[in-house]
Amino acid sequence: MMSASTIQLYCLVAPLVAVVLIATVGRVFPILYEAINASVAVLTFLLTLSLYSALGEGTIEPLVLFEPFVGVSIAIQAEPLGILFALMASFLWIVTSIYSFGYMRGHGETNLARFNIFFAIAISSAMGIALAANGFTLFLFYEVLTLSTFPLVTHAGTDKARRAGRVYLFLLLGTSVGMLLLALIWTWILTGTLDFRAGGILDGDISKTTLNILLVLYVFGIGKAALMPFHRWLPTAMVAPTPVSALLHAVAVVKAGVFSILKVSIYIFGIDLLQELEVHRYLAYVAAFTIVATAIIALRKDNLKARLAYSTVGQLSYIVLGALVANAAGIVGGGLHMLMHGFGKITLFFGAGAILVAAHKTEISQMRGIGRSMPVTMITFLIGCIAIVGAPPTGGMWSKWNLLLGAANTTDWLLLAALIIGSLLSAAYLLPIAVRAFYHPPDDGNETIKEAPVSILIAMIISAAGCIILFIAPDFAFELMSMITSSK
Amino acid sequence: MLSLHLSALQVVIPLLAAPLCAIIRRPGITWLIALAVGIASCINSIAILLHINRFGEIVYSLGGWAAPFGIEYRIDSANALILLIISFIYLLGIIYAPVSIKSEVPEKSQGWLYTAWILCFTGLSGITISGDVFNVFVFLEVSSLSTYILISFGQDKRCLSAAFRYLVMGTIAATFYLIGVGFLYSLTGTLNMADLAQRLPDLISQNTVAVAFGFVIVGLAIKMALFPFHAWLPNAYAYAPNAVTAFLAGTATKAAVYVFIRLIFEVFPEDYFSGFTSSHHIILAVGIISAVITSAVAIFQNELKRLFAWSSIGQIGYIAVGVGLASTAGVAASFLHLFNHAIMKTAIFMAIGGLFIVTGSTTTAALKNAGRRMPWTMAAILIGGLSLIGVPFTTGFISKWYLVSASLEQNFWWLAGLILLGSLVTAAYVWKIVEIAYFRKDPNEQVVRQEAPLSLLIPTWILVVANIYFGIDARFSGSIATQAANTILGISP
Amino acid sequence: MESLGIVNYWIVIALMMIGLYIVISANNLIKKIIGLNIFQSSVFILYISIGKVGGGTAPILLKEPTVYSNPLPHVLILTAIVVGVATTALGLALIVRIRSAFGTIDDQDVQQDIERN
Repeated sequence: MMSASTIQLYCLVAPLVAVVLIATVGRVFPILYEAINASVAVLTFLLTLSLYSALGEGTIEPLVLFEPFVGVSIAIQAEPLGILFALMASFLWIVTSIYSFGYMRGHGETNLARFNIFFAIAISSAMGIALAANGFTLFLFYEVLTLSTFPLVTHAGTDKARRAGRVYLFLLLGTSVGMLLLALIWTWILTGTLDFRAGGILDGDISKTTLNILLVLYVFGIGKAALMPFHRWLPTAMVAPTPVSALLHAVAVVKAGVFSILKVSIYIFGIDLLQELEVHRYLAYVAAFTIVATAIIALRKDNLKARLAYSTVGQLSYIVLGALVANAAGIVGGGLHMLMHGFGKITLFFGAGAILVAAHKTEISQMRGIGRSMPVTMITFLIGCIAIVGAPPTGGMWSKWNLLLGAANTTDWLLLAALIIGSLLSAAYLLPIAVRAFYHPPDDGNETIKEAPVSILIAMIISAAGCIILFIAPDFAFELMSMITSSK
Repeated sequence: MLSLHLSALQVVIPLLAAPLCAIIRRPGITWLIALAVGIASCINSIAILLHINRFGEIVYSLGGWAAPFGIEYRIDSANALILLIISFIYLLGIIYAPVSIKSEVPEKSQGWLYTAWILCFTGLSGITISGDVFNVFVFLEVSSLSTYILISFGQDKRCLSAAFRYLVMGTIAATFYLIGVGFLYSLTGTLNMADLAQRLPDLISQNTVAVAFGFVIVGLAIKMALFPFHAWLPNAYAYAPNAVTAFLAGTATKAAVYVFIRLIFEVFPEDYFSGFTSSHHIILAVGIISAVITSAVAIFQNELKRLFAWSSIGQIGYIAVGVGLASTAGVAASFLHLFNHAIMKTAIFMAIGGLFIVTGSTTTAALKNAGRRMPWTMAAILIGGLSLIGVPFTTGFISKWYLVSASLEQNFWWLAGLILLGSLVTAAYVWKIVEIAYFRKDPNEQVVRQEAPLSLLIPTWILVVANIYFGIDARFSGSIATQAANTILGISP
Repeated sequence: MESLGIVNYWIVIALMMIGLYIVISANNLIKKIIGLNIFQSSVFILYISIGKVGGGTAPILLKEPTVYSNPLPHVLILTAIVVGVATTALGLALIVRIRSAFGTIDDQDVQQDIERN
């Protein structure tokens, strides 16, 4: 029996095994790329699962990998929130690998080896973020994630992709180097440590002004959380192939952002300290504004992926808001929404990709009636929509409920209103897509469309089923989140 | 006893080897001699470092004449570190040289080139270990004169104009330094650094000290290409032979920076730099301005060597920022960046030399398709570039971390912000290169895999690996830099 | 004697300024080198003046001289002169090569030639 401490390391290393396999075996048998990814993904998921069970027996010991210089180490330690993130990322990686098989080949993409290698590196760094034991480690993997997803965003190699890559890199690197790194080093100077500790490492001895500035630097510095005005990178990154948009820009990368914000709020500031800081309220307003504003933008977008991207920006702000209202319900809601939105949004992106592969359509206005020829795709798509809106029978309901509860606890009606309006608007921009697909008469030529390849359908069914299962059985997620809120 | 002679050997070996090369002049043999010098110096510098770690600083009186009358070599952890950098970069440069030089320099001149190279190395080593301010001047000129020669070996005729301009600037700089030294001597009657450090505090209020300080600082600032005295550097780096540029980028300015730090903190009275004259504000401002502005200039360069030459000026700016903070943490950051920058920039210039061998050009246009055509060469440039930006897992990140924490320690949060802004400007020029190399595809063009020769790739990749290694495990470089800063600032660890 | 010492220093300053001015203003590369030489010479004179004691003698010839000049600066300047000669020689050598490469020793012409290409 391996100790839980070593399993953490394997969680990081496992995706890298895929890199090696793709570079060696894959060169000879290119057909195996996705099979390698899928089997490594299963392995990673199982490893994460064993971490989850180990957590039941008590805290997992941290594992120090390096100590680059005195007082700062690269270390990993699995804690409940990290495990939740890791579970989600690794499970959805399996699904995406299945999906990717149908999509990348169906869509005739090239450079598959490079694509799959960087994909695996990105997952590895997402796992690193999930398991990071301190801010330093988190930052390292955060940057690696940015850099490893860059080739994926620019995969098409067109001018548009290159411009998108530039925006992507400059916003993500700029915010993280300019603000997050500054905040981390500042924290390090103030406290002498960057370890994530229950209850936070910053304390009341430090002047309120400094703490306020730090919080602002953290929240905006984690550009992957796409809080306005640093959200531009996400919509532009949609030039990437669909599996990338699905797994990375609905799950791994963006969730790494909000996950980092949750981590910082819980383990660096501590919820209690956060409550005392003036600025958390204003930042919550920024998040609330982002929710409403992006929903309105999404309404006006005709391109399906663009609409979904703005929807993602908005939904991320739900989680940021959950962290910033700084109470137990908010944190629980934020953590849950990370999971629920992940399943919901990946289903939607899968759907967008399926429509692209099967019907070669990207604009919503062209999608009249395609539900008749692609019923499986559109039904799962509909389930995804419901999950994002936060209605039963999907897991989205639990997270939205807790977030609303958290906002209500602050007795700030503005925040509550923003959440509700945001949800209503999301219904307004998502549901018509499905309605149009089923009830409108098909356009000319849409009758001949066939259903998407089988592997795409399987992936969509799994993720849509996930949304529903999370409604029926969200206990494990609640359990993990309550470990955090009770230990503070 | 041998251990005591270690310090003299560092200068004597190359000094004897150089005339030997001048007599023999056959490229192959002179190269072997240069290589032997490199190996001996590396071993020697490691021995010195170990000796210092065990027994403390080495003081060696040249020819048995005791200081303050004789010339003294004095090595502590600060210059041992610089010595180590210079020796290793020299050795790698020499290993790298033959193929690269053959493509640029006619066979009959190669012997002379190695002669000048060895002499340059002599001078740089001498600057580093000498404990006598006048002796430093002599070595400064030995290294500078041979550098002018080295630059004039470039294949483009513009190298001559570049060498000449550098000669004029360099001579003015050295003469300024000499004037400063003369004033110090007229006040104290000594040239020995340790002696000066003892006598100067009593004279602190004399104007002469201030004048001497000014002359010495300006002289050295020109030598180390500190903004706004950087004008000579871009052309000098751009037109010198590639192997020479790689060597110079890692060493030449570094030795000058070291003397700068040594003089202003140790030889001049405590707090003279930061407290009495408050000139540290100037250095700080100059440093951060140059770090941001010269990096911005680099964005608009279309010749790789010139682009990275501008980047070097920017990096010197960062080092100056550390010095200007005038704290242990700041100086430690400067030393660390000296070390790290030598590693990354030499690797970049070496890779550019490889690019030249393959494509016959060092313009940014030559990079087209380089990502697929020569993945290893290009990856070296890429990793070096990422390190310049300060991306995690490279040495550049460690440097930035030290520098930012040193500035936050004094609550200069605006400075920390500017340093990080500089990183973003750096990212702009690095990205310009990356886009050309990896994304400017011509679908009709058939790309043939054509890597730089192995003899170029191996030294390059040794540095690239070192770059990543010291980016992950900075305990060695970090602790030795801190130790160096403690020694210089006179704080016992 | 006092005044003589001061005159020395005035000469140093004058030479220094003249030298620097020539280096900066001259277009002819040889003139630049000459300017550099004048500039350096001024520093040599500065050192020699520092070491010289009025009425002093060299401390070598006499058995026990009472008043003697400090020999050290003079020795230093010997070294510096050697450095200066080497610099001049190298500078002139470079000029020879510049002339054969560009066909001119005028700095402006050289720069124009460079910019044209």
